[in-house]
Amino acid sequence: MYRSNVLVCGGTGCTSSNSELIISKLKEEITIKGLDKEVNVIRTGCFGLCALGPIMIVYPEGSFYSRVTPEDIPEIVEEHLLKGRIVKRLLYKETVVDDNTIKSLNQTPFYAKQHRVALRNCGVINPESIEEYIAVDGYSALGKVLTEMTPEQVIETIKASGLRGRGGAGFPTGLKWSFAAKNQADQKYVCCNADEGDPGAFMDRSVLEGDPHCVLEAMAIAGYAIGSTQGYIYVRAEYPIAVKRLQIAIQQAREYGLLGKNIFNTGFDFDIDLRLGAGAFVCGEETALMTSIEGKRGEPRPRPPFPALKGLFQKPTILNNVETYANIPRIILNGADWFASMGTEKSKGTKVFALGGKIEHTGLVEVPMGTTLREIVEEIGGGVPNGHKFKAAQTGGPSGGCIPASELDVPIDYDNLIAIGAMMGSGGLIVMDDTTCMVDIAKFFLEFTVDESCGKCTPCRIGTRRLLEMLDKITSGNGTLEDIDRLEELCYYLKENSLCALGQTAPNPVLSTLKYFRDEYIAHVTEHRCPAGVCKALTNYHILEDKCRGCTLCARNCPVGAITGSVKVPHVIDTKKCIKCGACMEKCKFNAIIKR
Amino acid sequence: MKSLEELRAIRDKARSQVILRENNDNAIRVLVGMATCGIAAGARPVLNAIVEEVAKRGLQNVIVTQTGCIGICQFEPVVEVVAPGQDKVTYVKMTPEKAVRVVNDHLVNGNVVTEFTIGANS
Repeated sequence: MYRSNVLVCGGTGCTSSNSELIISKLKEEITIKGLDKEVNVIRTGCFGLCALGPIMIVYPEGSFYSRVTPEDIPEIVEEHLLKGRIVKRLLYKETVVDDNTIKSLNQTPFYAKQHRVALRNCGVINPESIEEYIAVDGYSALGKVLTEMTPEQVIETIKASGLRGRGGAGFPTGLKWSFAAKNQADQKYVCCNADEGDPGAFMDRSVLEGDPHCVLEAMAIAGYAIGSTQGYIYVRAEYPIAVKRLQIAIQQAREYGLLGKNIFNTGFDFDIDLRLGAGAFVCGEETALMTSIEGKRGEPRPRPPFPALKGLFQKPTILNNVETYANIPRIILNGADWFASMGTEKSKGTKVFALGGKIEHTGLVEVPMGTTLREIVEEIGGGVPNGHKFKAAQTGGPSGGCIPASELDVPIDYDNLIAIGAMMGSGGLIVMDDTTCMVDIAKFFLEFTVDESCGKCTPCRIGTRRLLEMLDKITSGNGTLEDIDRLEELCYYLKENSLCALGQTAPNPVLSTLKYFRDEYIAHVTEHRCPAGVCKALTNYHILEDKCRGCTLCARNCPVGAITGSVKVPHVIDTKKCIKCGACMEKCKFNAIIKR
Repeated sequence: MKSLEELRAIRDKARSQVILRENNDNAIRVLVGMATCGIAAGARPVLNAIVEEVAKRGLQNVIVTQTGCIGICQFEPVVEVVAPGQDKVTYVKMTPEKAVRVVNDHLVNGNVVTEFTIGANS
């Protein structure tokens, strides 16, 4: 019997900052001290506060240690685990109150406003142990639907809960299931979209790494609801930890008879196989994903017919996102009313966001729908670091749009975001500060979609390329006001004429930056000036005469010899020679060099 | 998996492993003095005896944890029981056997084992 549990984050973020070494060192030290029968070391999924990794929590005290290094381990074992003295210098500073007492993690700004449904087990259980998942009521939702509910009742419950697809489009999940249930066929399929491709999004990865069984359980429930016996999880090969834990989870579920034949002795058969994607962004689109599972080149096809009628292998299929599935077992156990009590009128429940970019607390947060962006960025996320000002946040990655500071107080849900020209997307939330050029950001996302366009339809293949060329022209200072109008016109053309969502949404970053930051585009064209000082072609470095002391440091660091001047005399930059690398500005101790 | 009962049996068995990780403000806290004085006087077997007995009894509302020296080193091993809304009870000169009795009489049945308390021993 263990008296203490030490939970170490084994998510991708903390693993890359060496949590594996911490775990092995911890086990070693615990054995040396003879505590191996008393203290249990558990590798969990993501805790969410990735910015402070590697993260470790010691129970029963609930002490939250952040930025732990292998060198700290002997002290933690000796002081905390052996003698019961918490190592205060390693505690997350928000948990230590001024009077030297410690408050619970749930009272810290990062966690206080969160409400964890999809992430409920991430950072709590060992994802490689089916027993721990069962201990937190795992698979009892599957038991309940198989023994107490009809497939119709399951679908009605999901419909009544108001759950909408968390992949981005927000289609009502219950409705999707009811279509597939109605269509008769000798075989139907349940698919899971784990091909998370948006730059800056890692919600689905964290669910799979931290709680893989909940996705398996939800897929089996979906199988029962629509009358399917086979599921596929399409997960990208770039997520090796998620893939490994899914393989372990599927194996364990089969051993326990929770996947396979005659589950719970009810005659219901269901099994799940993995399919690894090679990382093409377009394979996150539903028809392309299913084509890829079939073993063909991942290209989309026109809809209708929708997958509920003719999907995978031309059979009725439902495809849901990882986070959508992660909500299902709780809805079954707690009831539709419980779920519908959270969120806004048309968007129920919670949403997980991956916070990234210019923000203090990079990581994963789950909040009720209707929370404002200001609460997420300023309170939970800890605001923009280094004294810079918030400029905009990009939701939905390359398919989404930006939300400017003026819209910070809009309650976030599917419909409000569309109304202000952005979209929910899968949940990536990239924060940008006043050092970000919005034209450059639009160009960045366009470069991504140009690379990822599958090439099947002309509007997307050629249109995104032309959009990028126009943006290039503007950021290099050669654009005209007509270019901005043409850019906008082509955006609408792409939206209306592309085959799949990739092309239809690719212009969104351009359109939303045009909507809120048109003045920046105009400054690029008419004044040949980049207001944020990002676009190299439009930026020149200058030395302020009154501040320069003539120390020669800049001249010595200039890689192309563009700076001249004698000792103790203000220096000058030859803008023709300058390659705008910024080395001089970095080195100057007197803030005498500026960009303009 | 053949029945809900089978699932429940696995759940109840596995639950003792994860119960430690729940934040429970209403739990009874059992603090075992584990400073140098406590360890030297034999606090570790006492701690383990309490943990095992709590698990054996399936007590879900009890948190067993370590604490430092409270300054009465001559009375170590010291075990304190802090129940919400009640006065703290301090047991002194504990042994694994005494600890088992405290779990059964005090934590399970709610009767303070007066003869082991500091009041009866000082």
